[in-house]
Amino acid sequence: MLDLNAKIPSGPLQEKWDQHRFSMKLVNPANKRRHSVIVVGAGLAGASAAATMSELGYKVSCFVYHDTPRRAHSIAAQGGINAAKNYQNDGDSIRRLFYDTIKGGDFRAREANVYRLAQLSVNIIDQCVAQGVPFAREYGGLLANRSFGGAQVSRTFYARGQTGQQLLLGAYSALERQVSLKGVEMHTFEEMLDVVVVDGHARGIVTRNLLTGKITSHAADAVVLATGGYGNVFYLSTNAMLSNTTATWRAYKKGAAFANPCYTQIHPTCIPVSGDHQSKLTLMSESLRNDGRVWVPIKRGDNREPSAIPEAERDYFLERKYPSFGNLAPRDISSRAAKEACDDGRGVGPGGLGVYLDFADAIKRLGKNTIAERYGNLFDMYQRITDENPYERPMRIYPAVHYTMGGLWVDYNLMSSIPGLHVAGEANFSDHGANRLGASALMQGLADGYFVLPYTIGDYIAGTKLAKVDNTHAEFKAAEESVRAQTKRFLDIKGKRSVDSFHKELGKIMWEYCGMARTKEGLTKALELIPALKAEFWSNLNVPGSGDNLNQALENAGRVADFIELGELMCRDALAREESCGGHFRVEYQDAGEAKRNDDDFAYVAAWEFAGEGNAPILNKEPLVYENVHLSTRSYK
Amino acid sequence: MKLTLNVWRQPASQAPGKLETYTLDGVSADMSFLEMFDLLNEQLTTEGKVPVAFAHDCREGICGSCSMMINGQAHGPWAGAATCQLHMRAFKDGDIITVEPWRASAFPIVKDLVVNRGSFDRIIQAGGYVSVNTGGARDANSILIGKDTVEEAMDAAACIGCGACVAACPNASASLFTGAKITHLGMLPQGQPERDTRALAMVEQMDIEGFGHCTLVGECQEACPKEISIDVIKKMNRDYLVASAKRQEPKAASAS
Repeated sequence: MLDLNAKIPSGPLQEKWDQHRFSMKLVNPANKRRHSVIVVGAGLAGASAAATMSELGYKVSCFVYHDTPRRAHSIAAQGGINAAKNYQNDGDSIRRLFYDTIKGGDFRAREANVYRLAQLSVNIIDQCVAQGVPFAREYGGLLANRSFGGAQVSRTFYARGQTGQQLLLGAYSALERQVSLKGVEMHTFEEMLDVVVVDGHARGIVTRNLLTGKITSHAADAVVLATGGYGNVFYLSTNAMLSNTTATWRAYKKGAAFANPCYTQIHPTCIPVSGDHQSKLTLMSESLRNDGRVWVPIKRGDNREPSAIPEAERDYFLERKYPSFGNLAPRDISSRAAKEACDDGRGVGPGGLGVYLDFADAIKRLGKNTIAERYGNLFDMYQRITDENPYERPMRIYPAVHYTMGGLWVDYNLMSSIPGLHVAGEANFSDHGANRLGASALMQGLADGYFVLPYTIGDYIAGTKLAKVDNTHAEFKAAEESVRAQTKRFLDIKGKRSVDSFHKELGKIMWEYCGMARTKEGLTKALELIPALKAEFWSNLNVPGSGDNLNQALENAGRVADFIELGELMCRDALAREESCGGHFRVEYQDAGEAKRNDDDFAYVAAWEFAGEGNAPILNKEPLVYENVHLSTRSYK
Repeated sequence: MKLTLNVWRQPASQAPGKLETYTLDGVSADMSFLEMFDLLNEQLTTEGKVPVAFAHDCREGICGSCSMMINGQAHGPWAGAATCQLHMRAFKDGDIITVEPWRASAFPIVKDLVVNRGSFDRIIQAGGYVSVNTGGARDANSILIGKDTVEEAMDAAACIGCGACVAACPNASASLFTGAKITHLGMLPQGQPERDTRALAMVEQMDIEGFGHCTLVGECQEACPKEISIDVIKKMNRDYLVASAKRQEPKAASAS
């Protein structure tokens, strides 16, 4: 069993982070340049961490598989970032942001981490504005805010529908500044394929250069994984096509616990699937639900044009079921409500898998110009994809896989169960519980990177006696060898099926049995189907080309191999969690359609430990202790 | 629909390349252009051939990865759209489509349709930032910025760094890209202290990277998936001239 000491500081909630910062050891400024840190990934968490640690004086190497760090998938986040600034004087506070996040996560997140996140949210906005992030402003020159799902206050800061892009470009510019100052050595087109552990500590990584196929290893005093989420296990998702689990999965196999893998967030407002050719799903920002009203026809199979359906024959189901939050109910609740309506035969559009998101009232109330100013780019995007004009006809939306709340287990210092291996942003599990509220992922990525890791990594380095290790050490050579062997194995199978065909098949299994609703029966079935798919993958895969130049099929083969194994663990985790919470909805555990949590038996983090190939993983439990919030039934009514 | 595709194939950076012709059936109007390429690659894989390498990632028009010259147009025929947002309803049954990589010496070809745009990062490294370390920033609302000003800054900041402007320009100039960053930061109070040094360093880095000069042809603005206005080049030129004049002043003083 693993030692899952979360190292949560003692003392009152409000003082934990301050006290911890004081008690952490410091590295003398003159010594920082003697210490090296590897950061894998350069999205919000990775770029901000790499830039900040370089500013502090550490020698930083940053690795990305893209051609430039600016392509990280954080760039695609649309709607906004939360911060408890209370600029709107509408009752917001750090405590309220903390409470909303804990409640939104269905009481399956750690109190101390979430409180710290709420505290740091305030500094993030200041930092980003100082960098020149062009957040929306009011006429008087002050920052503008809007509201987002799961909150009754306006605390979301935004830059049109491109907030993620602007925040990422802010972090990217800080990173490029450090590159020019020679504080960060940037490695582009390098994919991390293994973590190297020496004497129980993470001491480096093995990478493959995507252009030359060259496999090399890199040593450091600490390693940060900021490699994003694993939603692409479902094949169709809102994630970028290259987002994958390889870095986190290989770390899991080296001893890092994988926490709550079954927690997947399904986002309620995506453009519905148009056909089998579809490679990914496009999100329509949640901010649309500020003005858009969600409805379906009351009558089943009513396929009249939406404009021909009178008010009295429409069911505004979110407003009906959740009068106080209405269209701004959180993502899991809204997604399930849409699925229910479609399962009931009242869905709209091809295949009946869609509900309307209607702006007619808002356009009548505010005028088309205001709506265009608020959401214009999203409306254009929708029209381009669907060939329908959302100013004239309601949008059709359907839930889609968006964000994974599970990830590598970390303690309060964001360190995994492998000492020296830190995990930030979506790649870790810590802050969102079983559901992530809107505008909170950007907040977490930047809090981890700008304000948490630079402190806690210093504490780790100052407090750990690290032997001198370089990449000629036997552990590095062994890791390189295993990576080389795996690459060769993919190329040698010479079977008949493409990597993509396996990925699609896995995705269908995952969506069917481990998607928006899960049952014991379905998960048991998936746990038979996935090992069979894995066996076929390793005997019938076809990877054309060679391993010594750019070979995208080969890159994908490694990622899909890992997704197959992760998919199995997700189903195992979902099966073991006999309750419903947030994005994990077990059909057997419900209360008239609402998730029925079981705090007596499941108020814990499920941290899975790799037990060797062919052995069942071990379930470790970190109990979740609530000292400051009352574990109540989540209600948005 | 059924299409004939002429696709640039080049196995490696230094290897010679040529257009190869493929026919592809079963293309749906709802597919994106990249999904059409997925279909082509599935077909090539089945035939035992090496699939076409192409850059892509978010497939929703924001990461800036995708980069294809489609019938001689950067990102194809639709205005204000990256290749991933171009849908096959822009084409009709029987069309012949020629697909090539971005062509510019500052964007060396990696393989097939993939080019290396690292030169853009180096332009940003030259000064495309505000020099502010993490921590200690003052309250965000203590910096007032007018709504119109921030909107104009945002118009420029929306650049996705895809390189279509370079590919579309007969001179392979990076002025739209560089001008966008100079304009974004130059509009805002935070960007003022380094405005001169930024303009000088970024413009000079463009030359070092081997991008051509801007002759105001305007193809960049037509090709830009984010519809960034050529006005940003005007702003860049102005900032560069002002900064150059200031730089020369002390020299003139010492000469007299």
